[in-house]
Amino acid sequence: MTDETLLSARDLSLHFGKIPALVGVDADLWPGEVLAVVGESGSGKTTLLNVLSGRMRADAGAVWYRDPARRLHDVHAMPAPALRALHRSDWGFVHQNPRDNLRMAVSAGGNVGERLMAAGNRHYGNIRAEAIDWLTQVEIDADRVDDMPRTFSGGMLQRLQIARTLVTHPRLVFMDEPTGGLDVSVQARLLDLIRSLVARLNIAVVLVTHDLAVARLLAHRIMVMQRGVVVETGLTDQVLDDPQHAYTQLLVSSVLQA
Amino acid sequence: MNGYNFAYLDEQTKRMIRRALLKAVAIPGHQVPFGSREMPLPYGWGTGGIQVTASVLGADDTLKVIDQGADDTTNAVSIRRFFARTAGVATTTDTEQATIIQTRHRIPEKKLREDQIIVYQVPQPEPLFKLESSRAETRRMHALAEYGAMHVRLYEDITRFGQVAISYDYPVMVGGRFLMAPSPIPAFDNPKMHMMPALQLFGAGREKRIYAIPPYTEVRSLDFEDHPFRTTRAPHRCALCNADNSYLDEVVTDDRGGRMFVCSDTDHCETRQEAGHAGTGEALVREAPVGSAARGGGMKP
Repeated sequence: MTDETLLSARDLSLHFGKIPALVGVDADLWPGEVLAVVGESGSGKTTLLNVLSGRMRADAGAVWYRDPARRLHDVHAMPAPALRALHRSDWGFVHQNPRDNLRMAVSAGGNVGERLMAAGNRHYGNIRAEAIDWLTQVEIDADRVDDMPRTFSGGMLQRLQIARTLVTHPRLVFMDEPTGGLDVSVQARLLDLIRSLVARLNIAVVLVTHDLAVARLLAHRIMVMQRGVVVETGLTDQVLDDPQHAYTQLLVSSVLQA
Repeated sequence: MNGYNFAYLDEQTKRMIRRALLKAVAIPGHQVPFGSREMPLPYGWGTGGIQVTASVLGADDTLKVIDQGADDTTNAVSIRRFFARTAGVATTTDTEQATIIQTRHRIPEKKLREDQIIVYQVPQPEPLFKLESSRAETRRMHALAEYGAMHVRLYEDITRFGQVAISYDYPVMVGGRFLMAPSPIPAFDNPKMHMMPALQLFGAGREKRIYAIPPYTEVRSLDFEDHPFRTTRAPHRCALCNADNSYLDEVVTDDRGGRMFVCSDTDHCETRQEAGHAGTGEALVREAPVGSAARGGGMKP
């Protein structure tokens, strides 16, 4: 691990009226690292994800991103075209509901190929070959490449969304509850897939989840949030095995043991 | 004509439209909003084209109006007569003689010259409207030249049909910068827009947009490297003038499947006939489709 962070946030604050969504949040992410943000509903997890990815502005604070040429960019001061280009190439966003991200009226191959075409790839054969390759990598049969997403199951849709996001080899992927709404066996398979892809491609991930098991399985480090405040942060196993803060202790003890 | 300003529109309106036109010419392919006026014909009949024509028309111009390639259809006749009455300009059906050509659905087969202006009637100026419903978002996509989504549409066509199945209003890149809808001309006419010596103006009345292609501007139809853009035409010769390279209309001649392929550009066809070219003049007879009787017999009421 290098000393240079990929993404750094300092002193982020955001209020929705009187409700504090973020209060003085600091965060650091190193290349290839998976950082989980956990907490109950309404604790500001998704807001933090949106602010880190530049999709939402904070009232105060700054987010810094280091590009492959090691230049630092202030994500919130970036011109819109540069930020959008970043979201299309170097970054990825995996939504909880794959239908928010996928084009449901376009075939699986077209969905995976869209980012390639947006990046300027104009060779049909290559785009298609790449799409098939990625479908195989996310364990979707190659002969489903021309099928419409509406014929896919929930787990397949989520895997298709991941293929579509990773096709441009992003260095940083934001995931918002990627396993939410899936049944347990499908969840397990998807987690396994995400873990192997992330390790193999050395992708840094900011993962928002309310599920401690997901965090335990995927994340190197963990941030626990409560009412917009980061109450505890550290290595995943350390925090989950030996929680220091009262809220973290409550969270860990409230997980049902199967 | 008494009671009307020259070319129907008042001078302030024409001034406003000319300003939009100047901006459109300065940014080839970019849609410029303008205050479209009520015209004495319904939307979809050429209100945008007629306003652009009225604004560029001078007293010594000669006007030609094309509707579906023909000079003698309702829309062409009435718009031509409208300007003959309100501006007193000369009108013609001859592409060669015209200085301004207002058109719907076709570009003349004859090459246009530098001293001519072609005005297109545009129903839908936004090439991305089927892909992105928000106008605010499509404007952003144009501003940032984010046209990947359009290629997704072409990708889908090739995947499903083996080729791009857009037969008209085939999207083009103008000057390597702006994605543009060329109005519902057949894809067959797209190559004519590339490096055309004449000024090309586009008016969309209902959508209140004007755009333009200055003379000698690069206009490329979207395609893939391994699926290059191709034009298609009916594989026949014109039954009237025997042309084998013009865009053909299929005319149904009876109720037994008889049909005739004739040039869609009537002026082009007549010029060729006067020059001594002659086709068969006969309709093609369609053979009964195989199995049609069996299918018909199998129908239950």
